[in-house]
Amino acid sequence: MQERLTDIGPPHYEKFLPPVIKQNYGKWKYHEVLKPGVMVHVSENGARLFTVRAGSPRLVSVDKIRKYAELADKYCDGFLRFTSRHNVEFLLTKQENIDPLIKDLKALGHPVGGIQNSISSIVHTQGWIHCHSAATDASGIVKAVMDELADYFETMVLPGKLRIALACCLNMCGAVHCSDIAILGIHRRPPKIDHDNLHKTCEIPNVSASCPTAAIRPATVGGKPSVEVIEERCMFCANCYTVCPSMKLNDPLNDGVSIWVGGKVSNARHEPMFSKLAIPFLPNNPPRWPEVTEAVKNLVELWAKNARKYERMGEWIERIGWPRFFRMAGIEFRKEHIDDFKHAGLTFKRSTHLNY
Amino acid sequence: MAETKSQTPKLDELEKGRWPSFVKEIKTAAQKSPMAADLLGQLELSYNEKIGHWKHGGIVGVMGYGGGVIGRYSDVPDKFPNVSHFHTIRINQPAGWFYTSDSLRKLCDIWERHGSGLTNMHGSTGDIIFLGTSTPHLEPIFSELTQAGFDLGGSGSDVRTPSCCVGPARCEWACYDTLALSYDLTMNYQDELHRPAFPYKFKFKMSGCPNDCVASIARADCSIIGTWRDSIQMDKDSVREYADRGMDIRSEVVDNCPAKCMDWDGKELHIDNSYCRRCMHCINIMPKALRPGKDRGAVVLLGSKAPIIEGALLSSVLMPFIKIEAPYRQIKDVIERIWDLWCEEGKNRERIGEFIQRVGLGNFLEAVELEPVAEMVAHPRENPYVFYEEYFVEDEEEEKK
Repeated sequence: MQERLTDIGPPHYEKFLPPVIKQNYGKWKYHEVLKPGVMVHVSENGARLFTVRAGSPRLVSVDKIRKYAELADKYCDGFLRFTSRHNVEFLLTKQENIDPLIKDLKALGHPVGGIQNSISSIVHTQGWIHCHSAATDASGIVKAVMDELADYFETMVLPGKLRIALACCLNMCGAVHCSDIAILGIHRRPPKIDHDNLHKTCEIPNVSASCPTAAIRPATVGGKPSVEVIEERCMFCANCYTVCPSMKLNDPLNDGVSIWVGGKVSNARHEPMFSKLAIPFLPNNPPRWPEVTEAVKNLVELWAKNARKYERMGEWIERIGWPRFFRMAGIEFRKEHIDDFKHAGLTFKRSTHLNY
Repeated sequence: MAETKSQTPKLDELEKGRWPSFVKEIKTAAQKSPMAADLLGQLELSYNEKIGHWKHGGIVGVMGYGGGVIGRYSDVPDKFPNVSHFHTIRINQPAGWFYTSDSLRKLCDIWERHGSGLTNMHGSTGDIIFLGTSTPHLEPIFSELTQAGFDLGGSGSDVRTPSCCVGPARCEWACYDTLALSYDLTMNYQDELHRPAFPYKFKFKMSGCPNDCVASIARADCSIIGTWRDSIQMDKDSVREYADRGMDIRSEVVDNCPAKCMDWDGKELHIDNSYCRRCMHCINIMPKALRPGKDRGAVVLLGSKAPIIEGALLSSVLMPFIKIEAPYRQIKDVIERIWDLWCEEGKNRERIGEFIQRVGLGNFLEAVELEPVAEMVAHPRENPYVFYEEYFVEDEEEEKK
């Protein structure tokens, strides 16, 4: 039997760096974007490294990874990398390889782009493919939305960067809370409590403590220890379900999607911002979620048409004001848009700076 | 070989269109893997019923580890027996997500032998994700992975797999070596990464500059973002080149500066660096002319997270500037003091950002032996409800503490 290795950590990154990077590590001087999805980095030593970035569905089979590997062998001496937004990047030293590589990538069905003033791949979660707490699917919506917006991946015609993210529940494994446009799966009904099994599978104090609004109290139901939920206090976060499978929130009739806008993480110009609620609810309508796709496309195009150069979605809305944004987007402003969680008052308008 | 095509009319719709299709990927895997074939069937069922069909994971893992594997079971195993177990494996990615084609092939071979053949390249935290295997395969996968030089990442209440931007490997803006720090913290905290012993998860993300390409300020309990203290480096000829090539320096650069610290007289760009907020905008759009300064280091920020439980938080400044140099003792000392406090006083499933909200940043700083500095707040307090700890007692001249 082979020795059991543990705690070896990841392979050292130096093993995977192409020679041009090892030679110019920390010595890059500047870069230029040559065309959509293609950039060149120039080092102080004069070396040039070309990058070709391709979009992916994030969920990829080993067969596809092997095809990426073949392309890396063919054009890049076997080196490639991935990005924080699930793109794959090929690192080339020979400029003449760029166009043949792009041709091969397109033949494989992978668009090239996602650099500079474009929409990069949508960061997203597992959805119905693999998650127990999903209020909606993830890959399906992302595919449907990107089918509509692929042009904006493959070109750089937008005013600035636009980052879309999707999380299939409020846990937000996809960290949508700071995105230009966020697609968020939501529940709208309190948990359905499985009183017969709750005491066998869950620790009741943990279940009570999991509720951010103290809506869950210990109770004896049908002679068994369980919990009760004060329904008017429940805001459907599903945190109780995360700690206790007997508090199921999934509900085909009432689960759906909300849309949030104006967040960013970069410090460029404006400080990082949270995304804010634009559309409280859109239905789950697989396989193509037409309501969600349409809403996202409208928001992208509204911003693209009206924002100044480099102005991110949130910067644009801040300049024109939220009332104007709602009017321009044709979105009805409703009770759900007004915050009622902690420190909600900080989000109220406290000036007469208004336009009509 | 499962015949699936006609059985998934809704998913088939998602093979159409311009964007690469995840359905095609699952179907490709289904040619060889009955698990992938049943995944398609179960997903089609979800598309019909508008509800997921995965159960809460039980405790599964590899010997000696508490993290790295997430148990996943179907709630309709009778219909789809091949996904009755469908566990996720998180594999610690190499820093910066660089690979050789051979290393990827090794991973593919292991996964084809022992799992569904489906992956995420990569998951949101940064790991390589292997989607779908059964419990008996876990030890063999782990053994083959470690023989190939790969190890599991984090899951549960532990240090989650640290991740970083491309850094000095390919970016001229990297103000410190994000890959080196990411690798060092990962290796140094192997025990904390693989054996959950914290109140909840703890994420490190390393970004080389304020553009924050790994979204550390929104997604990491500890966000380490590169910056510089001295002046932006400027190549005046290149500035003029940008202007000659059609860039409107006034409207695109000067007017977008949040600090209003720039001026353009039609020939020369002037920057009052004492006001510069290091936002990166001017550097981003004139990379050939402007660069971060030479006195480089990082801001260490703490506490970001998504909404669950107490609401979403962004990381806030803990150390306004430190030099980032191996062996990184300054960061590690602070982190370890923070962990000691949080492990002692933190509540179950309370992230460090929430913990700070609960105990107060002032008290937190005292406990971890850091001095309060003005860079930590957007502005000082507005409410007068101050917990004064210093006071005088009558007839005593000495101030009591």
